[in-house]
Amino acid sequence: MLPLEQTRRSSYAAAFASALVDPECETPAIVAGPAGKCAVKRYNVYRNNVTVSLIDALAAIYPAVQRITGVDFFRAMARFHVRATPPTSPLLFEYGRDFPAFIEQYEHARPMPWLADTARIERAWLDAYHAADAEPLSPAALASVPPERLGELVFTAHPATRIMRSQFSAVTIFANNRAQEPVGRIDASMPEDALITRPDLDVVVQHLPAGGAAFLTSLLAGQSLCAAAALAAESFPSFDLAANIAGMIQAGAFTTISLGEA
Amino acid sequence: MSAAARPMASATIPLRFPAMPIGGLAGTSFKHEHLPAILAEGRQCCFFEVHAENYMGAGGPPHRALEAIRRDHPVSLHGVCMSIGGPQPLDKAHLARFRNLVARYEPALVSEHLAWSTHETTYFNDLLPLPYTEATLGRVCDHIDEVQEAIGRPLLLENPSTYLAFRESTMSETDFIRAVASRTGCGLLLDINNVFVSATNHGFAAREYLADFPLSRVGEIHLAGHAEQADDEGAPLLIDSHDGPVADAVWKLFEIVIGQCGPIPTLVEWDSNIPDWPILKAEAAAAWAILDRGQTAAPAGDRHAAA
Repeated sequence: MLPLEQTRRSSYAAAFASALVDPECETPAIVAGPAGKCAVKRYNVYRNNVTVSLIDALAAIYPAVQRITGVDFFRAMARFHVRATPPTSPLLFEYGRDFPAFIEQYEHARPMPWLADTARIERAWLDAYHAADAEPLSPAALASVPPERLGELVFTAHPATRIMRSQFSAVTIFANNRAQEPVGRIDASMPEDALITRPDLDVVVQHLPAGGAAFLTSLLAGQSLCAAAALAAESFPSFDLAANIAGMIQAGAFTTISLGEA
Repeated sequence: MSAAARPMASATIPLRFPAMPIGGLAGTSFKHEHLPAILAEGRQCCFFEVHAENYMGAGGPPHRALEAIRRDHPVSLHGVCMSIGGPQPLDKAHLARFRNLVARYEPALVSEHLAWSTHETTYFNDLLPLPYTEATLGRVCDHIDEVQEAIGRPLLLENPSTYLAFRESTMSETDFIRAVASRTGCGLLLDINNVFVSATNHGFAAREYLADFPLSRVGEIHLAGHAEQADDEGAPLLIDSHDGPVADAVWKLFEIVIGQCGPIPTLVEWDSNIPDWPILKAEAAAAWAILDRGQTAAPAGDRHAAA
């Protein structure tokens, strides 16, 4: 171990940090109250600040999940996650990427198998919110391509664009629980795929038509329009190419096009 | 062939903002929910402070909101997680993001905390305390040198609010801060609510702390609300909660400091239970009234050496 590394491991920060997210640990011996006073409650202020602020951060990232589970359920679940997986970046809007997988494994969430995918859409929503700004592709750009070469087109994704596929009605559940209105009964068993992007200021979450996710995922991977359409038609025989192209342009999922060999 | 879409103006022409003097102004934390109300009122005679980390995403609404505010107002960029008080080296990627924000928004003031928030790879999202020793003093000074080198201008370092002390500390907080300022040339952000909170929690007199504080290096003042809990012995333990109006005792200390120093840019922080804009604005107006009375106090030239 390097000397610097040793200093760091035996430092006040190491001792102070050791008990911050572990309620079983005792107050570190290196701290004290003034004039011989005890420091248990004093240290607990920091413990509380850390845990509560990180639970609050998850609640801000996953408001639909919290609305579905209720506040008490959500905060109990989030507390487990915060303690097991505290952030590794000082940017809190990057936090919670492992939370959907945690929800999937969380015993008390098992009766809600669609909850993790709802969380995945919320995480993608925040990524789209903070993604770089870019002007979406205009419909006119496509019109300028000779029809016989359309199949060769390769699309550049908008920095905000994400695809989320679900075996459940995650898009409907997300949309209903992000809206202000009361949520009625939702049949959660319909597979739904989402396109998440942000053509300008507002994040857009669209329920993709059948075959749309396979098509867009293929385009996002740099496949040509022809290859992506073939793949989508393979997975869904009545895939409507024209409607899917119109939909993705209208949603602002891409920024530029180029011909394959370029 | 490439049918590239029209690039965004901001991608090709760097935004340039007018220099906005901040001297003697009062300001508030900038909260996005207040943006429509602020823009509807037009240019305010105040400044706005933002937490740097909230604007470290690549794009989107946060930058649009800050651009809209910065166009007409001086902005103070306040970092909350550089971990200057930690024993480990600064996060180079984070420092680069901070530097880029300073370059992009040309803030009137740039500040950070005497605290740490990251250990190893864990980010704790709180301003954690440090012992005051020769060793930590050296490390803090190195970190401030590194930040000032990166941003190409002096940093204002904020005094912390703390709830406990370290057995290994060998110097007072004011001695520590004075040494940091004199070794690094940094300015100071005097958080008077933090002074009041720490004074109560550690059983010292806030006025004595202020008398011992290097006021000549203060380039900004913070005021905020606090909450009250109890320590293990049942005595009051104040929490730096930023969730309500500034306490009367803190206003009194503020008046004393302004009476002594003359006007200093002063910010009212309010970060949770955020009120409607008129209430926050009224709190800043109360600070401004005191700053105005301070115009006739001590000559500003004497104490602006570090600003």
